[in-house]
Amino acid sequence: MNFKTFFAFVAPSVFMMILFIALPLVSVFIQSFQITQPVMQQLEVETCTPGFITQTCVTELKTLPVIGEDGKIQTTTEWVGLQSYRNVLQMDKVWQALSSGRLADILQIDFWKALRFTLMFTLLTLPLVIGVGLLIALAVNNAARAVRGPVIFVSLLPFIITPVIGSLSIYWLFVGDGILTAMMEQWSGTNISMFAQSWTIELLMYFYRVWHVAPFAFVIFYAGLQTVNMDTLESAVIDGASRWERLRHVIIPHLMPLIVFIALIHLMDCYRVFDEIIGFRSQAHVISLQWLTVDFLTPDDAGNRAIARASASAMLTMIGIVFLLILPLRRTWRDHKGSAHS
Amino acid sequence: MSNTSKAMRQSLALRLSSNAFLLFWCIVAAFPILWIAVMSVKSPVDAFAQSPMDVIFGPNTLARGDGLSVIDIALGLIVLFFAIRWMFTRLPTWVARYSTGSGRVIGWLLGATAYALVFLLVFFGLLPLVLAPLNALTGVLGEPVLGLTTQHYVAVWGENEFYRNFMNSMLVTAGVVTISLTVGTLAGYGLARSESDLAFWLLILALIFRALPHSVLVAGYLPWFINSAEILRPIFGDLSPTLYGQPWAVIAVLVAINQPFTIWMLRSFFQNIPAELDEAARVDGCSHFQAFRRVIMPVMWPGVITTGLFSFLLGYNDFLVTSLLLDAQNQTMVPAIAGYFNRETTTTDQVEAVAAAVSITAPLFLLVMVFQRQIVSGLTAGAVKG
Repeated sequence: MNFKTFFAFVAPSVFMMILFIALPLVSVFIQSFQITQPVMQQLEVETCTPGFITQTCVTELKTLPVIGEDGKIQTTTEWVGLQSYRNVLQMDKVWQALSSGRLADILQIDFWKALRFTLMFTLLTLPLVIGVGLLIALAVNNAARAVRGPVIFVSLLPFIITPVIGSLSIYWLFVGDGILTAMMEQWSGTNISMFAQSWTIELLMYFYRVWHVAPFAFVIFYAGLQTVNMDTLESAVIDGASRWERLRHVIIPHLMPLIVFIALIHLMDCYRVFDEIIGFRSQAHVISLQWLTVDFLTPDDAGNRAIARASASAMLTMIGIVFLLILPLRRTWRDHKGSAHS
Repeated sequence: MSNTSKAMRQSLALRLSSNAFLLFWCIVAAFPILWIAVMSVKSPVDAFAQSPMDVIFGPNTLARGDGLSVIDIALGLIVLFFAIRWMFTRLPTWVARYSTGSGRVIGWLLGATAYALVFLLVFFGLLPLVLAPLNALTGVLGEPVLGLTTQHYVAVWGENEFYRNFMNSMLVTAGVVTISLTVGTLAGYGLARSESDLAFWLLILALIFRALPHSVLVAGYLPWFINSAEILRPIFGDLSPTLYGQPWAVIAVLVAINQPFTIWMLRSFFQNIPAELDEAARVDGCSHFQAFRRVIMPVMWPGVITTGLFSFLLGYNDFLVTSLLLDAQNQTMVPAIAGYFNRETTTTDQVEAVAAAVSITAPLFLLVMVFQRQIVSGLTAGAVKG
C-alpha cells in the first residue's frame, strides 16, 4: 500500500483526532498561562429608594463589568505566566506545612488531596483487579462446562453497567439506613454511617472499581488460559510440581503479556477516576484529579468558569500520564525496533 | 481439557472451594444491580426498609393496594420465559429470512426494535387486561401477595419527561456509533495493511491519546464552543452556530475521543483477514478502495459489530463530556440522573432516582444478553493482538 492510498484511508480519522484531541491540547496548554477576565470599571452609581416626602438616594462606588456595543460583557485576556499553576498547587501553603512539620496540612489543599487519592486508588486497585480477575478465571476454568456461559453473562453485568449508575447502585446499598449498613449495624451493634468519613468512602470506591473492572481481567485471563500448553503442564506434573508451583511457573508466565496489557489499560482508566465521585457524592471528602478539573470547569454561582485554573490542573494531570506511560511505551518501541530488524 | 486429563484430576476440596468462590462472585456481581431493580418497584417505605424481607415482599406497597397475585407471577414468568426463548430461536430465523447480505445489520436492528415493542405491548398492555378478570375469578389465588408498583417508572418517564433524555441519549449514541465506525473502519484497514513506520507512530500516538483524561480535552473545547458563534462569524456569517449545547458537537467530540480505541480494535480485526484476499482482488484490477468495498466489507461485519458495541457503551455511559457540553434542554440520560441528586429531598424522589437508574441499565442488560459472545471476543481480540 503506497503512502497516498494509506493517507486516504486514515485521513478522516487523523483529521478528527487532530481537530478534537491535538488542537484542544495545544489550546489547554496556552490557556493555562492566560487569564480571561471581564473588564471592570469603577462607576459612581446613585441608587434611590422611595421614602416618605423625598426619595432617599445613596451614591456609592461600584465595580461593574464594561458592557460592549453588542450588549455583551467585554473581556480581556492577559498573560499571567505560572499564576494559574500557583493557584492550583498552592506551593506557599505546602512549604509552610513542610517547615512546620505538619504534613497532614498538605492534604487539606484540593490539588494534593486529589493527587493522593488518585495515585493511591490507581496503585491499590491494580493488584486487586489482576488477582480477583485471575481467581475468577481459574475458578471458571475448573467449573463444569454448563455453568461457564451463565457465569460469564453475570460477570459481564458489572463491567458493562454505566459507571455512574454502578457506583450509585452500591451507594444505595450503604447510604443512611441502606440494607447493608443496617445489616452491619445489627452485627456490630454500633451506629455506622459509611458516607460520613473519607476512609469508608474510599473503601467502597476501591470495592466498586474492583467489582467493575475484574470481569474485564477475568474474560481476558480466561481466554489466555485456553491456550496454556498442556504438554508443559503435564510434564510439570510428572516432575512433581504442586498445583501452586504449576500456577506460578507455568500458567502465570504464560499469562504475563495479558497481565501487562490489563495493567496498562487499568492504569490509564483508573488515573482518570471520576464517575465514582459523582455516584458516591463524595466531593466533600474524597476528590480526584479529573474531578478537580471538572469542578473548575463547572460554572459557579455567578456563572463563571475558572478556565485558566482548569487548564493548569489539566496540564498537571497530563504530567502524571506521561510518567505512567513512559515505561510501557519504551518497551513497545524496543519491541517494534526488534521486530523490524529480525 | 484439563478436567479430562488424569494428571489434572482435582481433589474434592479444591473443586468445592473453587465452585463456592464462583457462586460468591456471581452473587457479588449481580446483587447491587438486582437489588436496585427490586427497590425501584416498591413504595418508598419498603424500598428503604431495614429488613431485606420487607424490601423483597413489600408489605407497605401491598397495603396500598399494589401487588401481584400468585397467578400474576406465574403467568408473567411464563410469558417472560417464552419471550426470552423466542429471542434466541425465532428472532434470528425471522431476521435471516427477511434480510440478506449487507442488509443483515439493518434487519437485526429493525427486528430487535419490533420485537421489543411487541414484547412491551404484550407484557404491559395485554397481560394486565387478561389478568384482571382472571384474578377476580380465582379467589384466594388471585389475592395479591407480592408488593409491586410501577408508579415510580410512570413518574420518571411521564411527569419528569425522562423520554426526552432517552431520545437525546439515543441520538448521541447512534451518531457516535455510525460515525466512529465509518471513520474507524477505513483507518483500521489502512493501518492493518501498511507496514510503514508512520503507521506505527500513528498507533502509538493513538495509544497516548487514549490515556488522556477527558476533562483535559473538555477544558480545551469549552472556551471555543461557548464563543464559537463569534469565532466562526467571518467564515459562515450569521449562520455560524454556538457549538455549546449542540448534540452533534458532542457526537463529534465523542467520536474523536473514541477514535484511538476504535482504530486499534478494528486494526486487529483486519489483521485477521488474510491479506491475500484483497491482493487477489487487486490482481483482478481493483483499486484499493474497490478491493475494500467488494472483498473486505462483506467479511468485516463481526469485527465491526463488536467495535460498534464498545462505541455504543462509550457514548451511552458518558457522563463527563455530555454533562459539561450539553445544557439542560438536551441533556442525555446519565447526566440527567444527577439532576435528581439536587432535588432528592423526599424518599419518593430517591426511589424515582432508583427507577431512573434501572431504566438506564435495562438496555445494557439486553445488550449483554444478545451480544455476550461479541463482547467477549472483542475484549480478547484487543488483548491478544494489542
